[in-house]
Amino acid sequence: MAEAQNIPVGSTTAGQIAVAAESTVATRMSAPPSFDVQDFPVPHGREEEWRFTPLERLRGLHDGTAVATGDGVKVDIDAPEGVIVETVGRDDARIGKAGTPVDRVAAQAYSAFEKAGVVTVPKETVLTEPIRIAVHGEGGIAYGHQVVELGAFAEAVVIIDHTGDAVLAANVDYILGDGAKLTVVSVQDWDDKAVHVGQHNALIGRDATFKSFVVTFGGDLVRLHPRVAYAGTGGEAELFGLYFTDAGQHQEHRLLVDHNTPHCKSNVAYKGALQGQDAHAVWIGDVLIEAKAEGTDTYEMNRNLVLTDGARVDSVPNLEIETGEIVGAGHASATGRFDDEQLFYLMARGIPADEARRLVVRGFFAELVQQIGVDDIEERLLVKIDEELEASV
Amino acid sequence: MATLEIRDLHVTVEVENGTKEILKGVDLTVKQGETHAIMGPNGSGKSTLAYSLAGHPKYTITSGTVLLDGEDVLGMSVDERARAGLFLAMQYPVEVPGVSVSNFLRTSATAIRGEAPKLRTWVKEVKETMQRLNMDPAFAERNVNEGFSGGEKKRHEILQLELLKPKIAILDETDSGLDVDALRVVSEGVNRVRESGEVGTMLITHYTRILRYIKPDYVHVFSAGRIVESGGAELADKLENEGYEVYTKGGASA
Repeated sequence: MAEAQNIPVGSTTAGQIAVAAESTVATRMSAPPSFDVQDFPVPHGREEEWRFTPLERLRGLHDGTAVATGDGVKVDIDAPEGVIVETVGRDDARIGKAGTPVDRVAAQAYSAFEKAGVVTVPKETVLTEPIRIAVHGEGGIAYGHQVVELGAFAEAVVIIDHTGDAVLAANVDYILGDGAKLTVVSVQDWDDKAVHVGQHNALIGRDATFKSFVVTFGGDLVRLHPRVAYAGTGGEAELFGLYFTDAGQHQEHRLLVDHNTPHCKSNVAYKGALQGQDAHAVWIGDVLIEAKAEGTDTYEMNRNLVLTDGARVDSVPNLEIETGEIVGAGHASATGRFDDEQLFYLMARGIPADEARRLVVRGFFAELVQQIGVDDIEERLLVKIDEELEASV
Repeated sequence: MATLEIRDLHVTVEVENGTKEILKGVDLTVKQGETHAIMGPNGSGKSTLAYSLAGHPKYTITSGTVLLDGEDVLGMSVDERARAGLFLAMQYPVEVPGVSVSNFLRTSATAIRGEAPKLRTWVKEVKETMQRLNMDPAFAERNVNEGFSGGEKKRHEILQLELLKPKIAILDETDSGLDVDALRVVSEGVNRVRESGEVGTMLITHYTRILRYIKPDYVHVFSAGRIVESGGAELADKLENEGYEVYTKGGASA
């Protein structure tokens, strides 16, 4: 079920389906998950989980030298009526419930934040307007933690919008009660110098539905861990991602879907476009089907479109299956090029060069953008994609 | 009446050990309503002629002129040539990931016609044209040429020919790799466009087989980078019986 095709020079796509009694997803990490930064050695760059990341550009987030400044980020939350918005201390029981940090920077964020944000949608509350969390970088260093909790049968859309310039390590927990439906759009629309590292944990309740869009355009370095686990049977996760990696940018998305519960579904689809010298996108897609997770149905896919020479993609889907009693499991990764021959073909049909490029990239992203279902966000993403393309000409 | 005039066209390509001249003085005039078969052995430069006319960046024009209704084609960009009325049905159509056939066709028709076709009539037009080419409607939702069979690619090229209605159509080995059924379907498509009387057709082929379905007015033998003999449809019969050897072995005689 793995496929790889049209790989531009300098890019890699590797994949494996392992049938194992012991989790290689867990053992590939250099330390077990922990909330304490001291439990993780300072990475030197050769560890499996760090080998693609330029450590020197983390601005000290990984080695303890980055100390929070007062002017890190400004967070504004705009929530419709019925939503409870709180700022809480470190000892609040809701913090860390959805997952444990898996690398040193996530643990650093957890160890260093002072106050956490908690947004609660009470049970059976169905929102018609999105909750908007604006995270604006003010140029400094910050650590943060945000919790979004939906009670049973609550429904909400949450937009987390990152703009400005900052060095930020922040984790987000999504906790979904039974039958809850949560759509999250996390937009990384940072200025060029920003560094953003974080772990997004979702814990999906019985029969609950989690839909996530991770959209990364900006930043010097963005490295996110979207992770999902299930708290009851019948849970569904759809993890979608878009990234547009420009010259010099490093954008890394490392996903894990842990099928730890029977009869749950997951569908992962990440798409990226790259252009310019030293644009580097990394996609790691780990799916683990534990022995007890009978009836699992999962598929993961990563597609990359390389628009110019000099860009690099590393794409690693990894599916690990500990039980054969499943509905389906598959993965795919492909990296293709938009090249002179494609340009010639479209132009030979009367289409001007800039429109040809726009056609290809818009078409590539359209199926994901259309699924967001929030008009102003969809429109903004399409405008952003056009802007990125214009910048390249 | 639209006329394509090719005069003394010389074209080179860059090869490993320098520059190689492929076209060595091509002269040809194609008028609206006429069909010219360009026949010749592999490597004679037929496809180079086709791609040079369309403006592929790989080819360098070193001398000569190409005029379409008096306008200088060689001074136009690739998309300008297409909008001026030139169409190249490619031997190896290119895969374009992420772009659906329907989106591609509409964008192209909008560019060529200068305005977006009215949606309702457009949908009907595409659907009917696809039906005549024995193409499944689901085809429109696939990505351009991605995973198409050889026959599907050629049908898709002729679908564009029918929808874009060029002044001059250059068909580069449209017959290659087609079985007899597919060849007939594709030829019928070409003939529908020819019957309008509004297109001049350059049919580039290695084989005479397609000429049973598409009757040329003129046949030109291409060898070593130029036209070495021209005649009527009967010249194709001679090629069928005698092959290209007479043109390649004893050196090209004009």
